[in-house]
Amino acid sequence: MYPSDLKYHKEHEWVRVEGDIAVIGISHFAQDQLGEVVYVDLPTEGDEVTADETFGEIESVKSVSELYSPVTGEIVEVNGALDDAPETVNEEPYGEGWMLKVRMADPSELDALMSAEDYETLIQDEA
Amino acid sequence: MTERLAHTPDGAPTRGPRGTIFEQRSVRAQSDVVAQLDVPELPVDDMLGGRARENAPELPNVTEVQIARHYAHLASMNFGVDTGSYPLGSCTMKYNPRVNEDAARLPGFAGLHPYQPESSVQGALRLMFELQEALGEIAGLPEVTLQPAAGAHGELTAIMCFRAFHEHTGDARSRVIIPDSAHGTNPATVSMAGYTVTQVPSNGRGGVDVAALRDALDTDVAAVMLTNPNTLGLFDENICAITDAAHQVGALAYCDGANLNAIMGIARPGDMGFDAMHINLHKTFSTPHGGGGPGSGPVCVTPELAPYLPGPVVARTDDGYGFVVPERSIGRVRSFFGNFGVLVRAYAYIMGLGAQGLHEASEQAVVSANYLKARLCAAYDVPYDRTCMHEFVLSGMRQRREHGVRTLDIAKRLLDYGTHPPTVYFPLIVDEALMIEPTETESLAELDRFVDAMLAIAQEAQAEPEMLKHAPYTTPVRRLDEARAARDPQLRWRPTE
Amino acid sequence: MRFVPISSDQRERMLRVIGVESAEELFADVPASVHLDRPLALGEPMSELELVSHLDALARANTPASQLVSFAGAGCYDHYVPSIVDHVLRKPEFFTAYTPYQPEVSQGTLQAFFEYQTMICELTGMEVSNASMYDGATAFVEAALMACRLTKRHTVAVARTVHPEWLATLETYAASGLFEIEYVSGEGLTAEDEWRAVADEHVAAFLVASPNYWGALEDVEAIAPLAHEAGGLAVVATNPVLLGVMEPPSSAGADIVVGEGQPLGNPMSFGGPGLGFLSCRMQFVRQMPGRLVGATLDADGNEAYVLTLSTREQHIRREKATSNICSNHALNALAAAVYLASVGTDGLVDVARVCLNRAHYMRDRLLETGRFSAPWDAPFGYEFALVYDGNVRAMHEEMRSRGYLAGVIAEDAGSGGTDLVVFAVTEKRTRAQIDAFIEEVAAL
Repeated sequence: MYPSDLKYHKEHEWVRVEGDIAVIGISHFAQDQLGEVVYVDLPTEGDEVTADETFGEIESVKSVSELYSPVTGEIVEVNGALDDAPETVNEEPYGEGWMLKVRMADPSELDALMSAEDYETLIQDEA
Repeated sequence: MTERLAHTPDGAPTRGPRGTIFEQRSVRAQSDVVAQLDVPELPVDDMLGGRARENAPELPNVTEVQIARHYAHLASMNFGVDTGSYPLGSCTMKYNPRVNEDAARLPGFAGLHPYQPESSVQGALRLMFELQEALGEIAGLPEVTLQPAAGAHGELTAIMCFRAFHEHTGDARSRVIIPDSAHGTNPATVSMAGYTVTQVPSNGRGGVDVAALRDALDTDVAAVMLTNPNTLGLFDENICAITDAAHQVGALAYCDGANLNAIMGIARPGDMGFDAMHINLHKTFSTPHGGGGPGSGPVCVTPELAPYLPGPVVARTDDGYGFVVPERSIGRVRSFFGNFGVLVRAYAYIMGLGAQGLHEASEQAVVSANYLKARLCAAYDVPYDRTCMHEFVLSGMRQRREHGVRTLDIAKRLLDYGTHPPTVYFPLIVDEALMIEPTETESLAELDRFVDAMLAIAQEAQAEPEMLKHAPYTTPVRRLDEARAARDPQLRWRPTE
Repeated sequence: MRFVPISSDQRERMLRVIGVESAEELFADVPASVHLDRPLALGEPMSELELVSHLDALARANTPASQLVSFAGAGCYDHYVPSIVDHVLRKPEFFTAYTPYQPEVSQGTLQAFFEYQTMICELTGMEVSNASMYDGATAFVEAALMACRLTKRHTVAVARTVHPEWLATLETYAASGLFEIEYVSGEGLTAEDEWRAVADEHVAAFLVASPNYWGALEDVEAIAPLAHEAGGLAVVATNPVLLGVMEPPSSAGADIVVGEGQPLGNPMSFGGPGLGFLSCRMQFVRQMPGRLVGATLDADGNEAYVLTLSTREQHIRREKATSNICSNHALNALAAAVYLASVGTDGLVDVARVCLNRAHYMRDRLLETGRFSAPWDAPFGYEFALVYDGNVRAMHEEMRSRGYLAGVIAEDAGSGGTDLVVFAVTEKRTRAQIDAFIEEVAAL
């Protein structure tokens, strides 16, 4: 449920590090809480994101949640497939449901993120 | 094109939608809408300066019998107050008297043009004036505008008056305090009025956490926006302390009047220290909901705020009644004077019931709600175990915890029992909320039927939880794929090629 | 009158089940200082007979325009409403129903609005319409707010030729600081170079009405591109009956089309409830306010309708909602849909054609009297403004006493120009009535 090779943000986003690129998406817990995702509002390539600030929104039929960036940097790729198939976020939150790829301005920000274990503890407390 | 006959799994034709009105084409005689043209005919393109339409709009082409049948079928798929009980919390789905419908349609009302000379509409002006007075008396806030078209519109109107008031006294502020139990229109209104929302929590008794409120109050707060009785159906015993605390920092107190049905003739928001309130004529005063509207949201204010009301309002003149614009009016919040057709209905209701009838309505509404609560509190969790007003909140948490059955499932199953579900998942501060408001126009038999249905469903939650998750079974359509509707919006009919 | 179907015995029983002696105990939470100690100062209850007599008397104290020979328009029109419309509206399953939040028992309401949305799209040329707003004025304001959100700009350029009450409403909303207004003026019509002068990177939208308050048709085809060149949107307000024969604003470049829908199947009713319609291009739908009905399937795979894209609305997005609107004008939208179904394409074209021809005929004849003159030269629909060469109020009052509403004196709707009169001619006005009016007014 919470792959150990990923790092997690308290607002339920995950990061997979690929060199100097952070791949970002939302966790299984988050997509489960949301229910069926109907729309993901993402920024565009070239935009800047800042750690702990919102970069977009994700909607289910009856709710909206903000999406928070775990890192700072420039967006190098956005997952356009989510326009036509937002439900991919539910089906493969860690795989095809990824949202952004960001070139990290400051990789040391990753140290502030949680391990899979710590994240699981967090969500147990929340639930 | 043949009519699509959809079928339910057991082979019976669906009672649900059967194709739109556009798909019913008939051979139509030349339009008989208007008599033959009796003036010289000019080319449309010339008259419109070259703007004639190339392709006529694709409207339905049907005869009256097809229209009658089409809408008869649509009506058969609908549940209204006339069909059965509708215990929707905060909506006050009381009976819509037919005499009100007739009144609004009298040619002397329906045929009035808004710019007719005042001398030719004295009856209408007198009606509006007397309605202003009546609402002012019920609210305990004597100065009234009938202009706003809906409750949310009234909220916005009042908060804009507050803004004008503060600006006039040279004291611009930037925040409005609302409780966490507030209806969604409240924060949306605050934003539209150019203010930011400060939210305060509710306390263990379901009222506003007064200490937290006091902490949040400072001279940057323009207003406190409350509902009383609140969205949990509870009367906030600290209401006077709250409005007082607001006034002490120079803030104004606004009352969302959605729950006025609990207190007519018993208590008045003006006497609780509120400076303004809106009233929902389509809730408390029996005007019909119409499938979503039109409503009407008159705003009642203190004499201090009267100068800021949108104009015109109706006042007495030397020889009757006339329109006047308040001296520091915020202007207009819509065209013309208000939803007059709705005002006529509310006026008829108030005149018919009189003080005695309104008082009785509120009293019975409160008795009926407490009766339901007393009969349901064993089978369902009651988050706030205290006397309620005209509505109360249950929680479906026990059913969720023990059987995996959610409030949504309970609501859908109620449809099979022939009743409209209560309000669900509101207020947000109660998990799996069910907000129940019977109103005073339900008979005891009807109330008992509702209780029986709720108790039966509680049993079903235990014995057949899976069944509940796929309810309803007997309605014209089954549970809908709402995710599909949101992901792939089809928002108009299109001809298939 | 009494609508409480509970006897005093039954009430006693209920109180016992609750566990109290009297209803008063249930109000214990109401502080004594607030508890009303006198009855409300309202009248005695009335029987239905008394009430009906009372209301009849009030109604008869009015002389409704519908029973005069009325040429009054200015935003509210006396069109013929086919009988079937009110019969449908009187169905309790429609008018006593709530907002269709439980779609399984609201398919009637939902399908009716899906059809209404479709009809508005057909008329306006837009790709999506909402399920109604309060009136043309508030729809106009919501379009301005929508454009600001979409472009992230803060100013709207607005034609002064729009209905003065709509402009007043816009100004009231603007006072909250969400946007600023730059006016574009013109005599009868706005001038193209006035629009050019305001086209800059701050303008979220150009807002224009065609027909405008004076009944004149603006050059939307020239104005819309100017908005687009500056990176803004084109918001066009229009008359839905005229759209039967007039090119839809979509082909002139409009992005959002709004208006007052009262002419479609709704009585004048002293100005309310009316019907605001709001429609736009599909790419803007997520910023559109108001309820929206969409098509879907139910669990058995059957067609069904449901309120959708609800995350735009206040009950979900709260302070970030596209609007605070909750209740809309559903029943008025239903009236419009039944009306459009009843007249159909041919019928609407006919109504528009007749209104146009009779209006143009009347204007020509008024000019011929020599007592009226044209303040400007502009194409118009079925409404037009003329200058009267005498005392306009005296003329209006005299004609009133003879059973006519001689149009609307422009300043009565809040605009300038005391000697300007705005005449509307609908299909209810016959040639005989027009000729009789002309004869009498010419002789004043």
